[in-house]
Amino acid sequence: MEEGSVQQAHVHAPPEGFLRKHVFSLDHKVIGKQYYGLALVAVFTGMILSWLMRIHMVWPTAKIPLLEHLSSAGAPGGVITPEYYLSLMTMHGTLMVFFVLTNAPFAAFGNYFLPIQIGAEDMAFPRFNMMSFWVTFTAWVVLMLAFFIPDGPPISGWTSYAPLSAVGKDAGPGMQYGMSLWGLSIAIFCIGSLLGALNFIATTLDLRAKGMTLMRMPLCTWAWFITSCIALLAFAVLLPACILLILDRHAGTSFYVPGGLVISDRLQPHSGGSPLLWQHLFWFFGHPEVYIAILPSMGIVSHILVNSMRKPLLSSKVVIYSMMSIGFLSYMVWGHHMFLSGMNPISALAFSFPTLTITIPATVLTLIWLGSLYGANIQINSASLFALGFISMFVAGGVSGFFLAQPSIDIYLHATYFVVGHFHMVMGVASLFGVFAGTYFWFPKMSGRMMSEPLGKLHFWITFIGTYCIFMPFHYLGLIGNVRRYQSFVDDFMAPYLGVHKFVTVVALITGAAQFLFLYNLIYSRFKGKPAPDNPWNATTLEWSIPSPPPWNNFGDRHPIVYHDPFQYGVKGSKGDYVMQDSPEQVVPASGD
Amino acid sequence: MSSTIASVNSQTNALPPPKRASAQAALVYERQERVSSSGIWVGVFAITMSFAAFTSALFVREGTTDWGHLELPSVLYINTLVLLMSTLTLESARRALAAGPFGNIEGTRKASAWVMITLLLGLAFCAGQFHAWQELRAEGIYLATNPNSSFFYLLTFLHALHVFVGILVLVYLAGRLMASHTTFRRSLFDNTAIYWHFMGGLWVYLLLLCRMKL
Repeated sequence: MEEGSVQQAHVHAPPEGFLRKHVFSLDHKVIGKQYYGLALVAVFTGMILSWLMRIHMVWPTAKIPLLEHLSSAGAPGGVITPEYYLSLMTMHGTLMVFFVLTNAPFAAFGNYFLPIQIGAEDMAFPRFNMMSFWVTFTAWVVLMLAFFIPDGPPISGWTSYAPLSAVGKDAGPGMQYGMSLWGLSIAIFCIGSLLGALNFIATTLDLRAKGMTLMRMPLCTWAWFITSCIALLAFAVLLPACILLILDRHAGTSFYVPGGLVISDRLQPHSGGSPLLWQHLFWFFGHPEVYIAILPSMGIVSHILVNSMRKPLLSSKVVIYSMMSIGFLSYMVWGHHMFLSGMNPISALAFSFPTLTITIPATVLTLIWLGSLYGANIQINSASLFALGFISMFVAGGVSGFFLAQPSIDIYLHATYFVVGHFHMVMGVASLFGVFAGTYFWFPKMSGRMMSEPLGKLHFWITFIGTYCIFMPFHYLGLIGNVRRYQSFVDDFMAPYLGVHKFVTVVALITGAAQFLFLYNLIYSRFKGKPAPDNPWNATTLEWSIPSPPPWNNFGDRHPIVYHDPFQYGVKGSKGDYVMQDSPEQVVPASGD
Repeated sequence: MSSTIASVNSQTNALPPPKRASAQAALVYERQERVSSSGIWVGVFAITMSFAAFTSALFVREGTTDWGHLELPSVLYINTLVLLMSTLTLESARRALAAGPFGNIEGTRKASAWVMITLLLGLAFCAGQFHAWQELRAEGIYLATNPNSSFFYLLTFLHALHVFVGILVLVYLAGRLMASHTTFRRSLFDNTAIYWHFMGGLWVYLLLLCRMKL
């Protein structure tokens, strides 16, 4: 004990034993990888659910082998029932939004790289950090249980609108126990996310290395920090919303269920509740959640672009301020999800205005990325391709937001495939492109091995083209009047457009299959990939100043001192055209500039 | 850098010698102090946000047809007094500890007495809240009886739950102080005090809210 050795001085002892090293680890890097693993399982589950939905939509009588064993009531003989289609849709949305888009870009990469990038040896509260993962994991287990109970998963969609979500079995299959599991799972998830956000904020504020001023933090650290502030507010509101839902369902209260409501020929034993209350509380969380998903990817993409362009962005400060104003504005726009809820037209206008305002910082960000790319000699690899793909998705999916933000247009487009196409591109795929870019970029650091570039590029092109082929037609289908959440369109006015749906289904199967290339690349490279040097991308930030993979205590007994901002590219340094953040050398502009 | 270590060392006077001997350990100690104090404020902010959400739910629900009136049990006012007294006693404990160098015998003895009193007052508050619920139940007013009672039980229960978490930490601190151990972190004490004061303030807010709206 007396030696004052590094081991005992570290915030926690070096991990010993399998459980401490890999399961209940206090090490932020292991916890980050655990989050990544959970997100990976969730994303493939969610993707397979979407396959099942797409197949059922265009071939409603198709027999899907094995599905009968999962749910004999939901898929008798392997044929999906209309109700089971809704169950699959609910689980797809819930898994993707909570366990993928919140976990992967924010919790997984944030946990792994935020402490290293600011020169800390670990998160502020390692035990809370471990708890937040295992609480999130419990939430996932509770949610997945819904597949294996006779009742099946709920049919209410990921938004679980009251009153149907609050009345129990009268609302349909899955709405009794399945819905209860959903509510419990999301409540647990909120607790995990709150613990995580608390940790991120305290770490960023207090544990920065000497010289690491706020403005010297890498852009992705900034994005994680802003996201954690958003998450702290958002999940602190979703948790009460879930508590009220659980009480309505199990304690006979009437927060959400109005009086005199008859569902399935039964008068519901509730009185006076407000279904709109759920929508307000849910969307007060739900809209910021969109930015919880996309902001970390914006940060990751900016981080990677600077590195592949070998020059700073036009203005990194404006990037930071734009991300901040997006975070701030995200709390003023939740009502734009409720234009059709019967709200006062004046409040619709009041929500429409900040929604349109939010496009200003978003456009500023895009212009900074594009303006910086102009004339840049960008190095093309899997990471930078996905970063460029992110910008493309963000713009293509974001532009339709201009239309949806206006109440008069939204009345027509509400709950159509136009909305589905919009949020899948701008929130779902764009954010995932950030995750893919981050994976190809940081995998060498996380595993000590390089990923296969040819496979990565193939993965990019199939995914990029596939995504456009899937979600662009959605916009046109929505304009035709194709309502979302309907299980099939074989015998209504949509029948002539079934060909479009068939095309989308086929492309979805191909694009989904390409994701297994990614999975193969990930697993193969983990064991057989080319060994990675400490700094394969000649990057400036602190994570590249330590070995790949990093030791348990990150910097060993070294306390990094930061001398520069992370944008010292295109300069003359001792190692090349860059100077690392912790390098004391003077920055000299490269000759010829 | 060296001045930080020196000041930290003076704070950790009473720590057992092996720990004091290590400058590295002192750095870790100082780091923990800093993050705990940010952590508690962030936590307080999150709890505030949750109760703000419940408040807005109450305002929405207030506008509906079956909203009535709930006569608050009078024991609540005694409870309020008890809880406010407990924040004063915990503050006395904190000041007794802060008066001398951390871990001095005199301060520790005083502090442990004050913490014990705080603990008793905290338990009395919880018992009092329980009594208030019993009183309402005796009148036939349950959680689901009407929206007013739903909000009353919900808000008071969640607040009591938070107070109970505070009590658990106080039990730990009291145990450490009584056994003349001073190996807990100073920040743990200060932050428990912040949390406890916040619980007092939150309760006054909830009482006013219940009185004016329910």
